[in-house]
Amino acid sequence: MARARKNGVGGQKANSLADKDRWLKYYRSMLLIRRFEERAGQLYGMGLIGGFCHLYIGQEAIAVGMESVKRAGDQIITGYRDHGHMLAAGMDPKEVMAELTGRAGGSSHGKGGSMHMFSVPNGFFGGHGIVGAQVSLGTGLALANSYRNDGAVSYTYFGDGAANQGQVYESFNMAELWSLPVVYVIENNQYAMGTSVERSSAETHLYRRGLSFNIPGEEVDGMDVDAVAEAGARAAEHARTKGPYILEMKTYRYRGHSMSDPAKYRPQGELEEVRKTRDPIDHLKAKLEGVGLKEEELKAIDAEVRQIVLDAAEYARTSPEPDPSELYTDVYLEAAAR
Amino acid sequence: MSVEILMPALSPTMEEGNLAKWHIKPGDKVESGQVIAEIETDKATMEVEAVDEGIVSEILVPEGSEGVKVNTPIARLGTGAANGKAPSATPEPAAAKASEPAALKAEVAAPVAKAPAKDPEIPAGTRLVKVTVRDALRDAMAEEMRRDSDVFLMGEEVAQYQGAYKVSRDLLQEFGERRVIDTPITEHGFTGLGVGAAMAGLKPIVEFMTWNFAMQAMDQLINSAAKTLYMSGGQIRCSIVFRGPNGAAARVAAQHSQDYSAWYANVPGLKVIAPYDAADAKGLLKAAIRDPNPIIFLEHELLYGQEFDVPEIEDWIVPIGKAKVRREGTSLTITAHSRMVGLALKAAEELAADGIEAEVIDLRTLRPLDHGTIVESVKKTNRLVTVEEGWGPMGVGAEVAARVVEHAFDYLDAPPLRVCQEDVPMPYAANLEAISLPSVEKIVKAAKAVCYR
Ligand SMILES: Cc1ncc(C[n+]2csc(CCOP(=O)(O)OP(=O)(O)O)c2C)c(N)n1
Ligand SMILES: [Mg+2]
Repeated sequence: MARARKNGVGGQKANSLADKDRWLKYYRSMLLIRRFEERAGQLYGMGLIGGFCHLYIGQEAIAVGMESVKRAGDQIITGYRDHGHMLAAGMDPKEVMAELTGRAGGSSHGKGGSMHMFSVPNGFFGGHGIVGAQVSLGTGLALANSYRNDGAVSYTYFGDGAANQGQVYESFNMAELWSLPVVYVIENNQYAMGTSVERSSAETHLYRRGLSFNIPGEEVDGMDVDAVAEAGARAAEHARTKGPYILEMKTYRYRGHSMSDPAKYRPQGELEEVRKTRDPIDHLKAKLEGVGLKEEELKAIDAEVRQIVLDAAEYARTSPEPDPSELYTDVYLEAAAR
Repeated sequence: MSVEILMPALSPTMEEGNLAKWHIKPGDKVESGQVIAEIETDKATMEVEAVDEGIVSEILVPEGSEGVKVNTPIARLGTGAANGKAPSATPEPAAAKASEPAALKAEVAAPVAKAPAKDPEIPAGTRLVKVTVRDALRDAMAEEMRRDSDVFLMGEEVAQYQGAYKVSRDLLQEFGERRVIDTPITEHGFTGLGVGAAMAGLKPIVEFMTWNFAMQAMDQLINSAAKTLYMSGGQIRCSIVFRGPNGAAARVAAQHSQDYSAWYANVPGLKVIAPYDAADAKGLLKAAIRDPNPIIFLEHELLYGQEFDVPEIEDWIVPIGKAKVRREGTSLTITAHSRMVGLALKAAEELAADGIEAEVIDLRTLRPLDHGTIVESVKKTNRLVTVEEGWGPMGVGAEVAARVVEHAFDYLDAPPLRVCQEDVPMPYAANLEAISLPSVEKIVKAAKAVCYR
């Protein structure tokens, strides 16, 4: 099933902006994710968010860097650690936070929760709770792009733990066999719940996992938003013109797996070390200061982001619960009249 | 302006904990993300990070305090004007109670299904053509693929080999390899790809060589295809048909011979169809392909070669969700689906010779189940026998009987009986296989029993 492919138009949109403007955009987006997640953690502690809640703190550079290469029509799909991708994709923080609190104003009207959110207009196809399932689904999005020959790319994210699921390799095989336009973004934060990559994986260099399918891969510093964006652009170009590509993003999750995980399985000092030396936001802040950005400018962004998050939290607390009549809606779609 | 820092819950079930350690003291400047305290429960110790920035004005609960209730203020923070609007960190009691399911009190009733549409009229003089079930299915796919370019077929051996059971004969020749796609042997993966493509708006038909192999793909069928519309609040559609032979084949033993009807019919979000004759196979498959929901379409290998009359009508569509009375009678009601309809009809003939007039209902669609037709029949006959090829416990017959008991209890003159596969894996030996399956004799026997004859 070899397919004709539209040629990529080439050139990344972010590069057309001056470094400073581009960095400011990244900075704002990454800070929004971090502040949002901190607030979500707080609302969870207050009992306003239930169940599982997987925070993205530490991994912000990945969703934000990759977003810079996304074009209209491209899709993103990920697992349950999804708040960051949604915010980066431009979903309204209010809708995202209200979904976390299970309210009518949430993006799924409160019926999906933290792990199951979607926004077709933003190209965001979820938000999936089963480890690895999004990999075949994301490859299916790419199959649709290829079927339509519309030049769109599917960015399919998954974790180091998910990288050991069988369907990932079933998908790799079909993706390369059919030259599907998909970029597999492995967010290697070094742990799957309490299990480190070393304890779960025979091949710990996850970017090599496509080798036996002839899928090229590369390791990327996932704490450096510029490195992410550059590798992302390369991968997207390859996906658009040739077929699948794997990016292994080396990153770190600061918090526990979900809210009730104290993450005691990590060696003493590991988190502190990462926070001190590799924090993606600090790293970018330093670059911005290096090009002469003034303290007040950064402060203004901080204040703006803080207000957005406060408003989102307020909305998420005050939006009503879904009406009981919503219980039976959205189970089936009505068949169109024939 | 000041905000209160509250005792956080580490897990949904935590009600109280110990404040093990403070890392801050009054007068300290605190930044978002900074570790300010350690909390412990009997299960875990965890660091508490600040969410707001500011200067610590007061520690309200001292280090070493035990049994601190969740949401108790534990410290106070003075925040600068830079923080903008007052962060309302104190939970509103109403909102915090939000986890109590209001739905329970409100007693939401399941919506009453609209009366399903009737089968299309067959105008007088319409030619009836003998067609095998295999070709009827093929014709349905070909017609829908001609009609809608978003429809495509994928599965193992569907293209070059023309289908493991030749159901996709000539489709590759007509539609080409873009729309008739041979997949590797990779059920979990290609089911996920199909669902993903459906989420992107296409209308895939995914063939399973047999439904036994769909077990590998169960997660994608249930967790992704059936549930995503709901979990997305109606945003993500999944118009897809999964089809292939289901039920007992001949002499292939337990792993290749199983009826999955009850498994899928248990799942909200799916529609489940199991036709018997060629006209229904064609009309229901066409309806399934046009339906915007995920459909489980259960065919039967032993029916593929059987010929039936199919009306020669342009766009023959049979409505989903409507049972069909295959034979009218007054003595008892027999329900069946797929290949079991044939057995039930034969049993009805034998019973008629004994003066027992069975009404035979072909369920056709298992979800949504047309219980109106069943209940009306039982109100007339007062007796019920259900027939299915699968195992009895928690099965289709159990569901049919429950609905009849619920809606026509006073009309029943005998306890309903179920005819189903014996409660064992399918044996290979010819004699054991035969006695493990439902048969005309077993149906006749059950029918006589409910008639006290
Ligand atoms: C099929 C399946 N198995 C197990 C789980 C439970 N579970 C949820 S997340 C997780 C760890 C996954 O880790 P990783 O893929 O590295 O992603 P991360 O959480 O680090 O982002 C597990 C085991 C699940 N949701 N689905
Ligand atoms: Mg991980």
